[in-house]
Amino acid sequence: MSLAKSDPYLRRYSLGERLNHWLVAISFVLLVLSGLPFFHPFFWSLTGLFGGPTMTRILHPWIGLFMVLMFAIMAVRFFKESLIRRHDIQWLKQIDDVLANRDEKLPPVGKNNAGQKLVYWIMLGCIILLLITGVMIWQPLVGEAMPITLRRLASMGHAYLAFLAIITLIIHIYSGIWVKGSFQAMVRGRVSKAWARHHHDLWYEEEMEKERKHREISRRHDHSEQETP
Amino acid sequence: MRGEQINLQNVIARSASQVPSPQERTGGIDRVTKLIDVSRCIGCKACQVACAEWNDLRDEVGNNVGEYDNPLDLSPNTWQVMRFDEYENEQGNLEWLIRKDNCMHCAEPGCLEACPAPGAIVQYANGIVDFNSEHCIGCGYCVTGCPFDVPRISEVDGKSYKCTLCSDRVFHGLEPACVKSCPTGSIMFGTRDDMLDLAETRTDFLRSRGYDNAGVYNPEGVDGTHVIYVLQHADKPQIYSDLPEDPTISPMVSAWKGVTKPLASAAIGLAALTGFLHYVTAGPKEYSEEDEQAVRDDEARQRERESGEAQDNREERP
Amino acid sequence: MTNHWVDIRNADLIIAMGGNPAEAHPVGFRWVMEAREHNDARLVVVDPRFNRTAAVADYYAEIRTGTDIAFLGGLIHYLIESGRFQRDYVLAYTDASLVVREDFGFEDGLFTGYDADNGEYEMDTWQYEYDEDGHALRDPTLEHPRCVFQLMRQHYSRYTIDVVSSVCGTPREKIQRVWDMAAETAAPDRTMTFLYALGWTQHSIGSQIIRTAAIVQLLLGNMGLRGGGVNALRGHSNIQGLTDLGLLSDLLPGYLSLPSEDEQDYEEYILERARPPLVAEEVSYWRHYERFHVSLMKAWYGDAATEANDWCYDWLPKLGEDLYDILHTFERMHHGEINGYLCQGFNPLAAFPHKAKSTAALSRLRFLVVIDPLRTETAEFWKNHGEYNDVDPATIDTEVFRLPTTAFAEEDGTIVNSSRWLQWFWRAAPPPGEALPDTAILAGIFLRLQRLYQEEGGAFPDPILNLHWPYRRPEEPSPEELAREYNGWALEDVFDEDRNLVVRAGEQIEDFGFLRADGSTACGCWIFAGCWTEAGNQMIRRDNSDPYGTGQTLGWAWSWPANRRILYNRASARPDGTPWAANKAVVWWNGQRWVGNDVPDFPVESAPGGNQGPFIMNQTGRGQLFARDRMKEGPFPEHYEPFETPIADNPLHPDNPLAKHNPGARVFEQDRENFGTFEEFPHAATSYRLTEHFHYWTMHNRLNAIAQPEKFVEIGEALAEELGIAKGDRVRVSSKRGHIDAVAVVTKRIRPLQVAGQTIHQVGIPLHWGYLGETKKSHLTNTLTPSVGDANTQTPEYKSFLVRVDKL
Repeated sequence: MSLAKSDPYLRRYSLGERLNHWLVAISFVLLVLSGLPFFHPFFWSLTGLFGGPTMTRILHPWIGLFMVLMFAIMAVRFFKESLIRRHDIQWLKQIDDVLANRDEKLPPVGKNNAGQKLVYWIMLGCIILLLITGVMIWQPLVGEAMPITLRRLASMGHAYLAFLAIITLIIHIYSGIWVKGSFQAMVRGRVSKAWARHHHDLWYEEEMEKERKHREISRRHDHSEQETP
Repeated sequence: MRGEQINLQNVIARSASQVPSPQERTGGIDRVTKLIDVSRCIGCKACQVACAEWNDLRDEVGNNVGEYDNPLDLSPNTWQVMRFDEYENEQGNLEWLIRKDNCMHCAEPGCLEACPAPGAIVQYANGIVDFNSEHCIGCGYCVTGCPFDVPRISEVDGKSYKCTLCSDRVFHGLEPACVKSCPTGSIMFGTRDDMLDLAETRTDFLRSRGYDNAGVYNPEGVDGTHVIYVLQHADKPQIYSDLPEDPTISPMVSAWKGVTKPLASAAIGLAALTGFLHYVTAGPKEYSEEDEQAVRDDEARQRERESGEAQDNREERP
Repeated sequence: MTNHWVDIRNADLIIAMGGNPAEAHPVGFRWVMEAREHNDARLVVVDPRFNRTAAVADYYAEIRTGTDIAFLGGLIHYLIESGRFQRDYVLAYTDASLVVREDFGFEDGLFTGYDADNGEYEMDTWQYEYDEDGHALRDPTLEHPRCVFQLMRQHYSRYTIDVVSSVCGTPREKIQRVWDMAAETAAPDRTMTFLYALGWTQHSIGSQIIRTAAIVQLLLGNMGLRGGGVNALRGHSNIQGLTDLGLLSDLLPGYLSLPSEDEQDYEEYILERARPPLVAEEVSYWRHYERFHVSLMKAWYGDAATEANDWCYDWLPKLGEDLYDILHTFERMHHGEINGYLCQGFNPLAAFPHKAKSTAALSRLRFLVVIDPLRTETAEFWKNHGEYNDVDPATIDTEVFRLPTTAFAEEDGTIVNSSRWLQWFWRAAPPPGEALPDTAILAGIFLRLQRLYQEEGGAFPDPILNLHWPYRRPEEPSPEELAREYNGWALEDVFDEDRNLVVRAGEQIEDFGFLRADGSTACGCWIFAGCWTEAGNQMIRRDNSDPYGTGQTLGWAWSWPANRRILYNRASARPDGTPWAANKAVVWWNGQRWVGNDVPDFPVESAPGGNQGPFIMNQTGRGQLFARDRMKEGPFPEHYEPFETPIADNPLHPDNPLAKHNPGARVFEQDRENFGTFEEFPHAATSYRLTEHFHYWTMHNRLNAIAQPEKFVEIGEALAEELGIAKGDRVRVSSKRGHIDAVAVVTKRIRPLQVAGQTIHQVGIPLHWGYLGETKKSHLTNTLTPSVGDANTQTPEYKSFLVRVDKL
């Protein structure tokens, strides 16, 4: 019998979750890159990335469909942990402290903080609406069949929603850069316990508790094995 | 046979372009206008056929659906149609109103406004709004931008098509094919001033024949059009197959195009910049030595407890 | 046209009746618009349908199809009784003052001399009363009870506005309004023009409708003036040329006529036609008939035509019937009396009435040769096209040959338009494949026949062997050679009455005044003399200058006769030679001769004040209010019902069944059995053309097919509601002779009419679309139409027949 050496890391995202996230992320970025040229001519040269303007127009909705599919799976996976709790409201109220890195003043945080949950819900809303509006203006498959007012509404809506989604994305990416260790979390799937304790203390406690129970069980198990001659 | 269609030297406005197109060299270039006098139209469709002939368009042979209209609507291969309406006027007399429907060549073209492809839609110094199919990407935004429901997207090549006002003919000093073919002089073509003047003459004539509400249809909402109508009942344009009473570029299109997009683009850039500056000022969010220590303490405590428990267990053994 | 297209712009009132010029003649219709814009003219449309012309008209009045004589007869009554006619004109330039024979009469719908057994008139009584010199008696006071004016007045006294409204179904106020507008043109400075087309000709009383219009125009003083006239808008681009060149069965070129079988003697033949004046000193230009005839025979037979052999008179066919018209020909074909048919430029299966009869007739042929640029329904009459041509090819033995010919844009030549202008044109493209010009095909047939006669002999070979065929390439006479031949040339030196040499042998003649009856000139069509003179081809002229601002443009192309643009233009001046009105002047007397903006239609040096009237082709020199013996059904037009009429009787003669329909019309027995009754087929139908198509040709053209792709019929809203038909429904339209299926166009433009106390619905049926070409397949409209024609021309009654409409 030996005392198990303690693991300094906690598993934050499973492989499936990570692959899912990155497929969403990559397709989302491709959507941004292929969508921006139609948003404003300033970005027109981005069409070069996709084989020219018409090809960009053709590809964008298909990438979108793929992204929506991936996102749907992810949304289901992350649904439960993204439900807003009472302490999240408090966290949001103290957004100043968040931004100023006065983390010690913040209320306890679960697996996701309120900001992450907001990203989830904003993206969920945006993507549902982007899907609907996007399909409505999809040339040549659907667009022609739509009443002109709906097409106008959809064109406008798609642009505004994309704007909102892009801003959210920028915040999301920046948060990944800003909060050291979170990028690694999504790449490797694990975080240090210290990281967890600092940023998501409630989750840390939960995980530590789980770890404890786990060890307890395994120890008992070891025991019973030893006791069986 | 067609001539060279797009004459880039004369473009004064260009879709999805931030910097002005050439504005000089305007001396001697008058804006042109096509005047359609509905009161002189017999609906012979010569213009329709001439349009197809000149522009090499051959639509499908359709069906009759119980009216004289055919083709029933504009299409990538039909750039103009005659629309027939049987209208009983206030005196109870029947009027057969026949309107040639085609691109109005707005002074402020909604299609050009909405188009995201640089140079796919251009406006020439003479006012003609032309589609450059080579640059068209087939997104359909021009359709949403048009207050008159004119552009049509091809199912074959995904590009948008509409009347060019025979820009190729006009550049070579000819009138559009429809004008050339009109047997009754219902369609006339010339400089904008001349046509507006002629339209007034025509309106006066109609008033003298008892059409008190005769007038010119040159809607202000799009800053006037380069195709104008003389209507017997200018107070009721909608009786002419739903000619819009006060056409404007839809506020939805303006709300989405216009200043919004550069502002939004700037906002995106600003968001990224803000992040960067925040990073510079506030620095990264990191856990501290304290956290590590706390974890170590936690684990130590844990180990203690565990080893204690182990001890107990052993001791408990008989 | 008595006037011409451009001249329409000079009119003050344009009545489009029996025609739909905006629809069928949109290019010429520009002159109507010109008149409205620049001459403050009004356009009035009287038609069963509110049509494309009505769309731009100032006034529209509906009318029951086939009742135009009632409408215009009422107008005659109104003009006379209200005194709103141009009395000076009528007195001087019409036969109003001439006195008619005492035994002439009209009773119960029939004129004197009717032979009910044969359905024909003896016309002896339809004459003026003549003095011992053969000149008609006159009463310049117009008071004589038997003068034409009083007889006419009496004849039309029955045409009161109530009667007219009851017959035509036109509301009273609309009739009055149109009559008033017409009456205003009795003023010398105002003119009215009638624009008509097949809507008048294609009735069993078609010729008389046109005569009624002519009477109105004479009463109003509108003949011979700018913006006046009775103007036939010809349908095919060269149909005027067809009649000019005598392609009708009873005619020779230039409206010379073939002899009948009773006229075996040349002298008698000429005497009958070289008509002497019936009023002293009149020109009566047909006096010179022999000059035209002999010159024609010299053109045809060259040296073989001599005075000794009466200029080959015996070689001319002699008519056993009045006309070998299409109805007659298909009747005989149907009876197996004709077994070979050369069908050139014609699509009879689609174009002739009663398609079932046409199919049966063609099926009895041994051979059929179709000379046409396109596939025609006729050439495929034997082929089963499903329900649209449901025949069994196995039962048809006819051998069909198709000879592809050039289309109009694939050959040089000339087209005569409605204005009588001969305009030379040049081919736009070479013909495709094996297509040959019609002249080459006919020359080929002729030369082969001639060779067979030479080699093998045969009955009566002379006209074939001796035909003068001087063309450079005998197998294909060129249009230029033919045009020069039509103009005519001198075979020997030609001298005038004073023995001055006027044309040298071999020279082209300047006009028909140089033609001679002694064999010294040859001319293929006397009225075309002047089209290709020594100065060259006059038909290629394109000088649009108009120094008088009248629209005459004498330098544009060439107009027969003698480049004259307005016929009877002497009538534009008063008897004293001054114009009736400055704005209507065409020619006037300048003290020495007739001058003006047109070629005077009068002996140019004949001073005013004499007895000579302006209508120089007429024996009286006057406009004929009284047609004498020239019309089969009587000297005054009378309203008779169409052979298929939606009402029980002729409201004018309810008690005389003989006067229900045109008593002079020829009806074949089998055709009579195929007339429907209003009990079974209650609706009055009329057939017509659309702008988007030209007959059955343009079905083959994609662009026309796109513009109007599928057969439709027009039904008024009231009838549609009664039958439960909605716009776009498919309906079946049936007559006694068959049915067609089509899409229903339900319209406000056809209104129910109140006729003789009952409500009558009219159904409009465009004649286009068949089972060939690019358009949707359909039945042929002429499945429905009856096989009966106008009494004088035998033009079928396509415009009035009975149908039933059923929703499918």
